[in-house]
Amino acid sequence: MERLALLRVRNWMPLALLLAVAGCSRASGDASPDGTVTLLNVSYDPTRELYEELNAAFAKHWAATRGQQVSIQQSHGGSGKQARSVIEGLRADVVTLALAYDVDMLHEKAQLLPEDWQARLPHNSAPYTSTIVFVVREGNPKAIREWDDLVRKDVTVITPNPKTSGGARWNYLAAWGQALRGEGGSEARAQAYVEKLFRNVPVLDSGARGATTTFAERGLGDVLLAWESEAFLLTREVGQARFEVVVPSVSILAEPPVAVVDLNVDRKGTRAVAEAYLAYLYSEEGQEIAARHHFRPRSEVVAAKHASDFPGLMRFTLAEVAGDWRRAQATHFADGGLFDRIYAPRAD
Amino acid sequence: MHPSTLVLRRSARSLSGPAFVRWGLIGAAVLLLGVFLIVPLVAVFTFAFQKGWEAYVAALTHPTALAAMRLTLLAAVIAVPFNLVFGLAASWLIARFQFRGRSLLMTLIDLPFSVSPVIAGLIFVLLFGRQGWLGPWLLDHDVRVIFAVPGIVLATVFVTFPFVAREVLPVMEAQGSDEEEAALTLGASGWRTFLTVTLPKVKWGVLYGVILCNARAMGEFGAVSVVSGHVRGVTTTLPLHAEILYNEYDLAGAFAVASLLTLLALVTLVVKKFVEWRSQPS
Repeated sequence: MERLALLRVRNWMPLALLLAVAGCSRASGDASPDGTVTLLNVSYDPTRELYEELNAAFAKHWAATRGQQVSIQQSHGGSGKQARSVIEGLRADVVTLALAYDVDMLHEKAQLLPEDWQARLPHNSAPYTSTIVFVVREGNPKAIREWDDLVRKDVTVITPNPKTSGGARWNYLAAWGQALRGEGGSEARAQAYVEKLFRNVPVLDSGARGATTTFAERGLGDVLLAWESEAFLLTREVGQARFEVVVPSVSILAEPPVAVVDLNVDRKGTRAVAEAYLAYLYSEEGQEIAARHHFRPRSEVVAAKHASDFPGLMRFTLAEVAGDWRRAQATHFADGGLFDRIYAPRAD
Repeated sequence: MHPSTLVLRRSARSLSGPAFVRWGLIGAAVLLLGVFLIVPLVAVFTFAFQKGWEAYVAALTHPTALAAMRLTLLAAVIAVPFNLVFGLAASWLIARFQFRGRSLLMTLIDLPFSVSPVIAGLIFVLLFGRQGWLGPWLLDHDVRVIFAVPGIVLATVFVTFPFVAREVLPVMEAQGSDEEEAALTLGASGWRTFLTVTLPKVKWGVLYGVILCNARAMGEFGAVSVVSGHVRGVTTTLPLHAEILYNEYDLAGAFAVASLLTLLALVTLVVKKFVEWRSQPS
């Protein structure tokens, strides 16, 4: 039988090699022969529609001004998960995430960009802002108007998991902040409020889109806490008459930041076009597109034009209610933080 | 009456049971089958065609859908032959030889079955990620593994690793090695013995394994999802593409892609049945 063992393994070697080569051959595919430059924008969940339009517009703009074809690839997912992927090697030229903390992580964990990244672009590197609003079912059967209605015993609230979702952190901090700033507000009151709120949350999805589909397609919950953009997308474009947006009198000023990932653009030689791409977000056309997708523009001209699209409300900043992201993360969302202490998964 | 007859008759009656129990059980089984298999199957195609045939075709011929199909096929075209060769070699080794670490090898082959696909994906991130063991070296040499096509192929190979070996091994063990020994005594080379004696006897087992391997390779979600990076039209396989469309509220598109995967499953079932039928020693 020993002879069988001598079966010529060498015969398989070329095949194995071939497979290995086939596996690696497309390993580097940024520079394409026809001079098209490719950018990868790693973004969070609710910006899918926004960047689809922005990318096409920027490609046209870049071709007209520089005569170069640019193709922008998109990757979407929960903000924290997306940051993790970039840290682990997903070669994003730019990141457009839900919150600054996730971009901070790119510096802290992998030095992909400098610590002062947020000062490199105007308005804290957030070309558009948003806020957190409520989506209710048609006719608002539970008469939900304000934050206090969310902690009523007969109301169930859908919000994703703040440990994994950027949007959910804004939701949480909006709830926290309004209680903190409300009449007789204190940290204890705010804590009691979020504790009561999360008692009304039957399920925590991992991302904002997941929570939206839970509310819209699976029919769970009386009210969805959502990005303003997501809320309007759902009511105006997807769910038509099945849902209504309720804007509370006060909420948080959400600033989803954008940044060039220095290490990646320098390696790929795409810095110029990546920086121009982010600058385009601040341009009149970029702002106009953002406004059309229900992100609040920074440009006053565009904002004035779309004033009727964005309901007026008082927006407090993260700094006013929770310090910076590092502190917010440590106090509220880190393991053993406030959220872990107040949220106990319901047994039923 | 002899006591044993009594026992027999009683057990026969308890086996068949009263009619309502029998029909109740059959009904429950049919209902379960309906709820878990038929309804979802119908639902997939209903949703897929809810916007009509043209929307269905448009969803499947969209460039990103075509790219997803190509990537899915590429992963399968690499994973299946690789696992075929490996599975044959491994099962031959295990079936024909006694050696140290034989049972360890068998356990290792089964490993992808027992490891959650998500964990499998994370293993590759830990290995090939920028912060992983091989990450810095790969970065220096500009080789991309995860978040690129090779990572997806690797993850697919990993999760489909056991299929061929697991199907071929029992067949080979059942065959015994008498005929191979005869061939060798008659002067056939090892390679020739393998090709003309061993292989033909296990061919149905091999085919069966290949079918299962292919189905899993094309349908894998978890492990591939972890290493994909979800770059639309670049590192998305069909299951990932279906998820993306679903997340973009494009239900018809998502289910159109899902229907393609469902068709693949149905074809797999039919071919599998055919192979089972052909391999019966009638």
